Amino acid sequence: MPFALNPERDRELDEILTRYPTKMAACIPALHLCQDQNGWISDEVIAWVSGRLDLPPAHVKGVVTFYTLFNQEPVGKHQVWVCRTLPCALRGAGDVLGHCQKRLGIKEGETTADGKITLRTAECLASCGTAPMMQVDKEYHENLTLEEVDKILDKLRQG
Amino acid sequence: MLKRTNYLTKVYGMPNGWQLPTYERESRGYETARRVLTTMTSEQVVAEAKKANIRGRGGAGFPMGIKWSFMRPHPTKPAYLVVNADEGEPGTHKDRTLMEQNPHAIVEGCIIGCYAIGSHTAYIFVRDELHLSKARLWGAIKEAKAKGYLGPRPFGKNYAVDVVVHTGAGAYICGEETSLLNSLEGRRGEPRLKPPFPAQAGAFGCPTTVNNLETIAAVPTAFMLGCEEFSKLSAIHHLNDGGVRLFGVNGHVKKPGVFECAVGLTLRELIYDLGGGIKDDKELFAIIPGGSSTPVLRAEDVVHAPDEKSPLHSWHGKSVLDVPLGVDTFRGIGTMLGTCCATVMAEGTDPVLAFHNLMRFYRHESCGQCTPCREGSAWLFRIAEKLVEGTCSMDELNQLHDVANNIMGNTICAFGEGTAMPALGFLKKFRKEFEAYVKGERHGKDARLTTGPLS
Repeated sequence: MPFALNPERDRELDEILTRYPTKMAACIPALHLCQDQNGWISDEVIAWVSGRLDLPPAHVKGVVTFYTLFNQEPVGKHQVWVCRTLPCALRGAGDVLGHCQKRLGIKEGETTADGKITLRTAECLASCGTAPMMQVDKEYHENLTLEEVDKILDKLRQG
Repeated sequence: MLKRTNYLTKVYGMPNGWQLPTYERESRGYETARRVLTTMTSEQVVAEAKKANIRGRGGAGFPMGIKWSFMRPHPTKPAYLVVNADEGEPGTHKDRTLMEQNPHAIVEGCIIGCYAIGSHTAYIFVRDELHLSKARLWGAIKEAKAKGYLGPRPFGKNYAVDVVVHTGAGAYICGEETSLLNSLEGRRGEPRLKPPFPAQAGAFGCPTTVNNLETIAAVPTAFMLGCEEFSKLSAIHHLNDGGVRLFGVNGHVKKPGVFECAVGLTLRELIYDLGGGIKDDKELFAIIPGGSSTPVLRAEDVVHAPDEKSPLHSWHGKSVLDVPLGVDTFRGIGTMLGTCCATVMAEGTDPVLAFHNLMRFYRHESCGQCTPCREGSAWLFRIAEKLVEGTCSMDELNQLHDVANNIMGNTICAFGEGTAMPALGFLKKFRKEFEAYVKGERHGKDARLTTGPLS
């Protein structure tokens, strides 16, 4: 099915375009808007962005495949990113990740059977001073204990 | 020398500390930008800025004033100020606190910076994950526009300034300045060949200055105090390393966090006085002084500077923990100051596992453009995997040197060095521990990096 941004997001993209001297500069912000709406970047999304910004589809595809935050396949309703880089690892990120895997019954990179949660690992999220931490959708949860991880996961499962 | 200051962090933790009324009341907000724009020429601003001795806070430590002076007006093209807030160097967590808790200092710094280099637009490049930071920055920009501090005539001066927040999409490499510019332009974040340097052809092919976010945030304070006075706050002002900065400490300390102090603080003060000492009162084992790319130090390392002319001579024979944290002082002890956020490891930490963790990071984040880095970072990680699995031979261990040395100097950007330096650093400082894995005396199957269970 062809993709298009909804009118509200499309107006936001119009406003974003005024910030830059080129249309190409709006490529990453436009892809973020599309992903907010669609959940992932499908070929249809790439085709739409390429038409909207007058860019070759190959350019847009090249951008999508370069950046880790663009989902190249469908993901769960919520995304849980556990930071596992050294400063977090020193403060127990391994335990947090292991706990999430056990509680959700999935491995990193997988989505729960009900499609609610995708569990992922992240490389350094700039929260080394408040480690261990995880990002849930657009929110940071820092100075985690396993009890708090449980609370967060329970809430996501119910929501 | 421990000297805490609160120019940048005074509003931290205050109710609505990130909003304009607090910034104006507590930090004399925007008074400095008003004075600079209405009483100084841009040449005077650059000349004054040089006296501040602000060494770039992003890791390379290049003097900010000198960088500004590279900008020359172009007959047809506009100029840009680009602020690097793609904070992602493992162990670095300082810029985020500024964006979340004192965004107006950044906006005010952008006004002065734009005026100095002849730019009318500043782009703040924030990594996408930092949603609160972006919201706070946009909020600050809106408040400043409403007051007329930003816009066509800031403070009544006929010099338009606009500030825009731009977001990345998850790529550590975009913290490299030319990669960041490609990303800003809507391309894959692959670093560019230099020259041309950004000051000649940067964002959108126009003259551009790229400054770290903390560097820009320090500008209003420097001009408020007078740049020379600001520089003199530092204990190593004589080494052209001036002012105050944010010091971070993380890992195995009791109180990890970010602290503002005069430049010249030592690692011992950072770890024990500010960080509260080592978690569970263990012994200190190793420190990565300023982000994962800076070579690791062992707790028992001492300074070797027998030459009387060396700026480090007065610390000859003393512990590296007592050397002031400065750009040149830390280069002198075989590592780097980097981003000035130290990662602390307590006794019981397995350096081979720490190495493995970091090599995984670099393999994941190499952009893949240059063969030595793309292949080399994967090779380093493969050897790290074999070490931990217990299948690494002595020959392969020795290959770590060759692989790392073949990355160094053979790549477009400094990511190559950023991967090779910590690899060689770990190998040099922990050769025995690495060999123990090869000999089968240790293995990583059940090993953990934590020093105690997570409650």
